[in-house]
Amino acid sequence: MQRDKHAPLSGGGRKRILILRHSRSVRVMHWVNVLTLGIMLMSGLQIFNAHPSLYWGKSSDFSHRLLHMEAVEGAHGHTEGVTRVGGHTFVTTGLFGWSRGSDGTYTERGFPVWATLPGSTWLAMGRLWHLFFAWILVLNGAAYLLIGILSGHLRRDLLPTGADLRSLGHTFVEHVRLRFPKGDEARRYNGIQKLSYLFIVFIVGPLMVLTGLTMSPTMDAGFPWLLDVFDGRQSARTIHFLGAMCLLAFVLVHLVMVIVSGLRNNLRSMITGRYAIEVEQVVAKGAEHE
Amino acid sequence: MSKPIDARRRRLILGLGAGAGSLLLGGCERISSDPDTQRVLGSAQWLTRAAQRALVSRDALAPQYSLSDIAPVFRANGTTDPNNPVYQGYARNQFRDWRLQVDGLVENPKEFSLDALRALRAHTQITRHDCVEGWSCIGQWTGAQLRDVLAIVLPRPQARYAMFFCADPMDGGSNYYESIDLRTAAHPQTLLAYALNGETLPVAYGAPLRLRLGRQLGYKMAKYVMHIQLVDSYRSFGGGQGGYWEDQGYAWYAGI
Repeated sequence: MQRDKHAPLSGGGRKRILILRHSRSVRVMHWVNVLTLGIMLMSGLQIFNAHPSLYWGKSSDFSHRLLHMEAVEGAHGHTEGVTRVGGHTFVTTGLFGWSRGSDGTYTERGFPVWATLPGSTWLAMGRLWHLFFAWILVLNGAAYLLIGILSGHLRRDLLPTGADLRSLGHTFVEHVRLRFPKGDEARRYNGIQKLSYLFIVFIVGPLMVLTGLTMSPTMDAGFPWLLDVFDGRQSARTIHFLGAMCLLAFVLVHLVMVIVSGLRNNLRSMITGRYAIEVEQVVAKGAEHE
Repeated sequence: MSKPIDARRRRLILGLGAGAGSLLLGGCERISSDPDTQRVLGSAQWLTRAAQRALVSRDALAPQYSLSDIAPVFRANGTTDPNNPVYQGYARNQFRDWRLQVDGLVENPKEFSLDALRALRAHTQITRHDCVEGWSCIGQWTGAQLRDVLAIVLPRPQARYAMFFCADPMDGGSNYYESIDLRTAAHPQTLLAYALNGETLPVAYGAPLRLRLGRQLGYKMAKYVMHIQLVDSYRSFGGGQGGYWEDQGYAWYAGI
């Protein structure tokens, strides 16, 4: 984030310069993550669809489900998709419980065709995708941590400063107004960005790995404390699902932010590394001769 | 300021992006159906198995639960009443004429009656059954350790896997079958179970005898076991993948 490439693009009192925002390793790992996380999310929903219910505790008490998606006979003999959460029932036809299968006809399934990998109901294949790319995701994550610590990226760019924390409220208001820094402040992540990245990297990421491993019967034999930490295999499965929803929410907000804060600039910075910011025209003589 | 190298790089990157996009949106189904994809993705199971072998000791026990954890209704999955006249004949007679055949790469092939299996040291454990679909049920299982049975038939050094051939006919005409390696066969929680929750094993749960493993998923635990054969490779049986569900694309290693 420190090397400047001068590119006088605009006149007047301010000029645009390109700074190196993302190192090559961060860019590569980011795009590996995009592919891997997409596959993990969609194949995870395929696996969820094999039993679209969630429970708390050691085992599945089929009479006490936290979440349940199914097709039921509704009024007037029509089949409806319903989603039951706690004591509430929502009609979710077309989305959850009852939606068009890959052949176009309605079928009972948790998440719809467009959300799962593969699209059709195919648990075996969903597991193959999920348990292959789980390795890629973990290796990518480990590389990110290692490089992030060794290069100082985590400490320099993600550790919030006191000023970051004090201005969280202000930053939030600016975000809601869709006003984003363009000048020198844009050289750094703001407090909200830093905290959300840290939350994903150090809380949600490890939680997903650990709850995933807790669902493995062999891991439970070797590391029974996993079951104590998460209050049982079915709780771990529920937390894994909630973690996935959390990651999905993060990705959606991230995408919105990428678009509203300058799609071209953001995309370029994650592809070539170069990010444009606006700085005051420097009047010092040396700068003119570059 | 855009140098040619940048233009080329941009095209390459756009191409890669478009490729990844079409992979995710359009080609998922086709890619999933490709045998090479399945082979590559499926190979991760051997890495997973190696990692779990390195992390989890050979005899580490699956967690045991208390009586109060036993599921009031244990879900019966897969076949619940084999459509097989020979099997039904055994069932009508409370399996008095049923015999478990144990042979293959062993010194001493042998047939066991249900009483002969019950005469071996009985082991009772309250363990969790994890279905590949995602649900879990806790039950109390009683049976003979498979390793005690193997100690009687004496596996030969070439034996690497135990095959389980079952009485329940499946889609496609052949019967259910499974295979485990001898490391799993020797685990203390690997039982040939003949009782569930203190009762003679009901037909829906695999009477008269089913395999119970502590550390793998439910589909490995063959029900209605008729015949155990020790082999050096499972490739020549069924579809060659080691089990009925494995032949449908499920991983042979079901420890995760």
